[in-house]
Amino acid sequence: MSSTTFHPRWHRAPVSVWWWLRKRSYALFVLREISSVFVAFFAGVTLLQVRALRAGPEAHARFVEWLRSPGVLALHVVVLAFVLLHAITWFHLAPKAMALRISGKKVPDAAIVMGNYAAFLVASAVLAFFILRG
Amino acid sequence: MHKLTPLLWLLFSAGGTLAAFLYPVHVVLLGLVFPLGLLEAPSFEAQRALLAHPLTRLYLFVFVSLPLFHWAHRFRYTLYDGLQLKHLTPLIVVFCYGGALVGTAFCGYLLWTVPR
Repeated sequence: MSSTTFHPRWHRAPVSVWWWLRKRSYALFVLREISSVFVAFFAGVTLLQVRALRAGPEAHARFVEWLRSPGVLALHVVVLAFVLLHAITWFHLAPKAMALRISGKKVPDAAIVMGNYAAFLVASAVLAFFILRG
Repeated sequence: MHKLTPLLWLLFSAGGTLAAFLYPVHVVLLGLVFPLGLLEAPSFEAQRALLAHPLTRLYLFVFVSLPLFHWAHRFRYTLYDGLQLKHLTPLIVVFCYGGALVGTAFCGYLLWTVPR
């Protein structure tokens, strides 16, 4: 809302900070953006896990206890919801961000999205194998 | 700052892709399945041995670092647009990318000095 001596004030209707609650698609957009906070949170949890493993059995046992506390469990349910929201929106945006061509023909968007889901399942299975094997 | 934008966008994009493909299974196992006792987690010794492997540590470094830069870039614009904090740009930039850098450095230190 700035004004100068040389021209009249700009007309800008003030927008509420809550503009994104007015429409479902706006709200979904903001939730998608906020998902990054939960992504960063889990990166932090992974750091704590590494620190606990380095520090020894007692520290690791304390970390495991912390994971079992009801508040942290509930938080991880929320983290999972946001991480999945991030993953799903990311998989669906991929064909819009990058047009893939095979021998000059544009690959259909749906094929790229399905490919993402397939790769996601394979990656998850491989990781689960390594994590469970220890 | 403007010269760095393509690099920051690349980190955002790489971190977003990594988090989309790899984070859910980690959250499910570490955050829910193991604490609830649905499956038994490997022993401390087994996990420690896995952590000592150089490939595991390289994986974990990328696993933590890239998504932190993803967060930094996305959250920066969330603050700009969502909370209309454009006037605080320098502070937000330092907080977001600085946070990602500090997290990356801490992660590198922890993984580099894992006892064998």
